[in-house]
Amino acid sequence: MAIEIPENVVVSRLDSLASWCRKNSLWPMPFATACCGIELMATGASKHDLARFGAEVMRFSPRQCDLMIVAGRVVMKMLPVLQRIWQQMHEPKWCISMGACASTGGVFDTYSVVQGIDRFIPVDMYVPGCPPRPEQLIQAIIDLQDKIQAEGTIGGREFAMRSRQEPKRALVELNVLSLPRGVSNLPQGVRVE
Amino acid sequence: MIKPETITALGERFPAVRFSEFRDQHRAAVPAAELAEVFGFVKDTQGFDLLVDVTCVDYLNFRDAEDRFGLVYLLANTVTNERLTLRVYLNEPNLTVPSATAFWKGANWFEREVYDMFGIEFAGHPDLRRILMPDEFTAFPLRKDYPLQGRGERHNFPVLTREES
Repeated sequence: MAIEIPENVVVSRLDSLASWCRKNSLWPMPFATACCGIELMATGASKHDLARFGAEVMRFSPRQCDLMIVAGRVVMKMLPVLQRIWQQMHEPKWCISMGACASTGGVFDTYSVVQGIDRFIPVDMYVPGCPPRPEQLIQAIIDLQDKIQAEGTIGGREFAMRSRQEPKRALVELNVLSLPRGVSNLPQGVRVE
Repeated sequence: MIKPETITALGERFPAVRFSEFRDQHRAAVPAAELAEVFGFVKDTQGFDLLVDVTCVDYLNFRDAEDRFGLVYLLANTVTNERLTLRVYLNEPNLTVPSATAFWKGANWFEREVYDMFGIEFAGHPDLRRILMPDEFTAFPLRKDYPLQGRGERHNFPVLTREES
């Protein structure tokens, strides 16, 4: 039995509708620790006008945000704070790793700088650059919108997929050349005294 | 710049102090045992009322170096514009010097930083804790025998996945 649908009715899936709503009202949480934060401010300011993409409302409380933008290097003293803020954000939530330092540690390959935040929190988009231009960040937000639309579900089933959780690159600490004799090939995270 | 009288007075009061000069900047190498007396002398008698900085140099594997650590105190006299550098050479295991906080309050955080980075203890310091590194950090990262990339401390954290966050 066919159902008669009037011309002014559009049929869609609920998942698709929810994702469409979510992707067009992202609320960024600026986790800005360095020069990338300046570019992040420029992105949100009038010249580049993040409001065109529905993501202009930056809130400094993680409980009101759904997109964390980590802009700048994260040191080991800051990482527990980063993780705590990430845990305080409500689902559904996404993360953009902005700039070379947040993504890989950048030039700061030293004892205190975390070599990429994706070792410790999940990351959806990586933005290259040192620091990235605002256009690059806007492109990342547009790509993130496509990602949300393409795979977003109302129950967040995409976050439970194994492929989403597996790291995209080998999270192995490189061998440190100057380690004392006998303690090379350390497992990750082991503290030696 | 420093007046010759100041150098003379310091040299007469403390014969063990060795002086050196480089481009009109004068340094006085002080034995660690006399450091507290020298502090009192240069502040109260010679008027060096400003402690500009306290820092340290690790001379491990440095050519011609005889001592392991060189502790540096940069002093200034704000009335006469004199400047003086005090240097104290330290070797393990005696890495304790008297704190300068009794003479200059500003030494508090300088000495905490030197303790944090080099592990030099300041006896009499009111609050000798780490200032830059986390409290649970155990090494002294600016020592030359500490590897540049650390010993894995930077990745010694739990990993949050999508499932559990």
